[in-house]
Amino acid sequence: MNNKIKFVQGNEACVEGALYAGVDFFAGYPITPSTEIAELLSKELPKRKGKFIQMEDEIASMAAIIGASLTGNKVMTATSGPGFSLKQEALGYACMAEIPCVIVNVQRGGPSTGNPTHVSQGDVNQARWGTHGDHSIIALTASNHQDVFEMTVEAFNLAETYRTPVILLFDEVIGHMREKIQIPEEGELPVVQRLRTFVQKGVDYHPYLPREDGRLPMSDFGSEHRYNVTGLFHDMWGFPSNNPKVVRELLHHLVDKIENNVDQITRHKEYWLDDAEYILVSYGSSARSAIHLAKNRRERGNKIGVLELQTIWPFPKELIREKCAGARAVIVVEMNMGQVLQQVKCAVDDPASVFLANRIDGELITPTNIKTLLRVIQGKGV
Amino acid sequence: MANKKYNVKNYLRERFFPHIWCPGCGHGIVLGSLLRAVEELELDPTNTVMTSGIGCSARISGYVNFHSLHTIHGRALAFATGVKLAKPKLNLIVPMGDGDALAIGGNHFIHAARRNIDITAIVMNNKIYGMTGGQFSPLTGYGQKATTAPYSTIDNEFDVVKLSKAAGASFVARSTTFHATESIDFIKRAISHKGFSVVEIFSQCPTHYGRKNKKGDAANMMENYKNSTVPIGSKKLEKDPSLIERGVFVDNDQAPEYCDEYEKIIQVASKGRA
Amino acid sequence: MERSRIVLSGSGGQGVITAAIILSEAAVIYENMNATQSQTYGAAARGGATRSDIILSDSEINFPKVIQPNILVCLTQEAYDSFSEIIRPGGILLVDSKYVETKRKVDAKHISLPMYAKVMEEIGKPIVFNICMLGALIGVSDILKPESVMKVLKTKIPKDFLEMNQKALDLGLKMGKDSIA
Repeated sequence: MNNKIKFVQGNEACVEGALYAGVDFFAGYPITPSTEIAELLSKELPKRKGKFIQMEDEIASMAAIIGASLTGNKVMTATSGPGFSLKQEALGYACMAEIPCVIVNVQRGGPSTGNPTHVSQGDVNQARWGTHGDHSIIALTASNHQDVFEMTVEAFNLAETYRTPVILLFDEVIGHMREKIQIPEEGELPVVQRLRTFVQKGVDYHPYLPREDGRLPMSDFGSEHRYNVTGLFHDMWGFPSNNPKVVRELLHHLVDKIENNVDQITRHKEYWLDDAEYILVSYGSSARSAIHLAKNRRERGNKIGVLELQTIWPFPKELIREKCAGARAVIVVEMNMGQVLQQVKCAVDDPASVFLANRIDGELITPTNIKTLLRVIQGKGV
Repeated sequence: MANKKYNVKNYLRERFFPHIWCPGCGHGIVLGSLLRAVEELELDPTNTVMTSGIGCSARISGYVNFHSLHTIHGRALAFATGVKLAKPKLNLIVPMGDGDALAIGGNHFIHAARRNIDITAIVMNNKIYGMTGGQFSPLTGYGQKATTAPYSTIDNEFDVVKLSKAAGASFVARSTTFHATESIDFIKRAISHKGFSVVEIFSQCPTHYGRKNKKGDAANMMENYKNSTVPIGSKKLEKDPSLIERGVFVDNDQAPEYCDEYEKIIQVASKGRA
Repeated sequence: MERSRIVLSGSGGQGVITAAIILSEAAVIYENMNATQSQTYGAAARGGATRSDIILSDSEINFPKVIQPNILVCLTQEAYDSFSEIIRPGGILLVDSKYVETKRKVDAKHISLPMYAKVMEEIGKPIVFNICMLGALIGVSDILKPESVMKVLKTKIPKDFLEMNQKALDLGLKMGKDSIA
């Protein structure tokens, strides 16, 4: 582990990021194409006195990490489409009870068993609305392994900061492909530790009363303050309540703590946007093809730029509107039937100028696929 | 029990009361036995976590002044497994209803038993889904009435003791709310036991099960527990094999416990052998 | 070197994917290049045509799949029949002479070498067939130093097997070099 340059699969880059962030506990269930994450952590965690457990199913894995998080651990699970569907109820519990945890979804083709060993980005909306009821969520993504590493660290940081589940939406190409990463030195990237209460023994601890800055200090199971954690609407003590005021205020809190901090949460990358007449909006492995094409067209004098999203949820509407304001056309490049497309259309001033370059057959979208649409938009014929 | 003075109120969160249980419900008796067991064991509440799922029984976790984790339907043992493995010094007690434990949560139940992780599951068997208004459960058994079995059930029931035993639980006991003192003893032994322990306690639901099946009021139902059960190996069984046995069926302190085994993995991995 | 687009193909169990990982890791860790390596998944890993795409470059690599390889290796007839037509015109098409009968319909430098036969004759262990193939590939293309491959192998396999792998690599290297001499 001394060698800081590694040649690894995206799933391994994710594991390296999790270890850097200080993951203590992983529970999972085997599923393609995320299994390597579980395999690697089963080897690495016990070396660091961390805990790995292979649970009986996806639901149990999600439940186990929530339990472990309450003892003060940094926790993670990893899955793909069908498993992500199964985790939704417990994920909603973590939203409601405000329990930090990281869920990796290495996306494969769906619905149902779908296309297990092939790429897709079809779970964007599920990440947002997969569990029932109003809530907000953070979902991050990455297009290369260095970013997979960094976004994994960021996922743990955001989970601790906002006391929320954070979803890492990777995809099969990113998960399985190998490329170079450089592991940063300790301290090079910020690592957020759990905020624990300073309330002394014998003084009332209100587990669900936010501080001035909106944060909720936690108390580990096994330490002095004993409180109730529930998926029911609850008051500042964690006691169940259906008092309309309590219900309304808690729901607002759960949504606002994320939606009011979009600027702090959102990360993106820009390529040649300054004078871009055509903007490709993309994320994950699709962004690689978008960048490839833009680089290639720039060399031929076409004014094309790329806006790569690294935060999918909360959706950075303002960013999109601002960056795309001067463009003749915006092309959303993704591997689904237009899930981010709809968000972009809602965000921009002129939805009619937004187009979709997609691929949904299990193969990585190619630069040529995007170019074909671009030429039509440019009126150059196919 | 009558002679001993307990201070069970010390373990209760009065803020949570009144409780949600119907008059005559057996669950309060189970809670009473549980708290007396805890008091006798002098369990440190700071090191005790009660995890529960959804249902009438699951509300126990809020009433007690331990660390309490009221989770989602059927998954309490999976949450508890995460808590326990992350911090093995904690005592984990999981009160469960029959549907919670063995229908929606059946998979977690058998796997927790298989791992032999040090958690105590208390199955409060009232043979019915009470909170949703009286639907049959996997412990209702054949030929009973329920709101979803208006013509009578054709589903057979699990035997919790046999199931737990077969799945690998290293402590298995059964009692009833009529035998509250016996229950205290079994719960004490279950909590003290290192490994996965199951205590099944028959608990009457006069509102939904009793009324639908003409079992009389709560007192009648408890009397029936007295008359229809016998200690393990009782001679009465020869005359009447339909009697149900109570007692400790499994008490194996040799079975390796999961968190202990994981500690060994840490030892091996730290030496860089994997 | 500007950019090499390589496809290694064969059947599951021939060590094609392993060879692809070793080659690209050697490029990244010991030759300061960028590389991406990806592969087909599924039943191919247990027999059937298998394929791994490698891109080696001094600059950043975005799109990681190979559409037109300038180097294509086929270790089975099935792989040859499936993939030979994707080769970039004038590219190198390396095959094993025992397994593949070339049809020469494509515009490529066909190089057919008895890699498998040589490995069995000189070493007697089919397990190092893929390393011999890597040697031949480096011999004909000069994409990186053979020592870099050995450095990677040192981190991956037990000491006792290194000599055998070195021998297989050298066998391939010589065959490759001789074929273009």
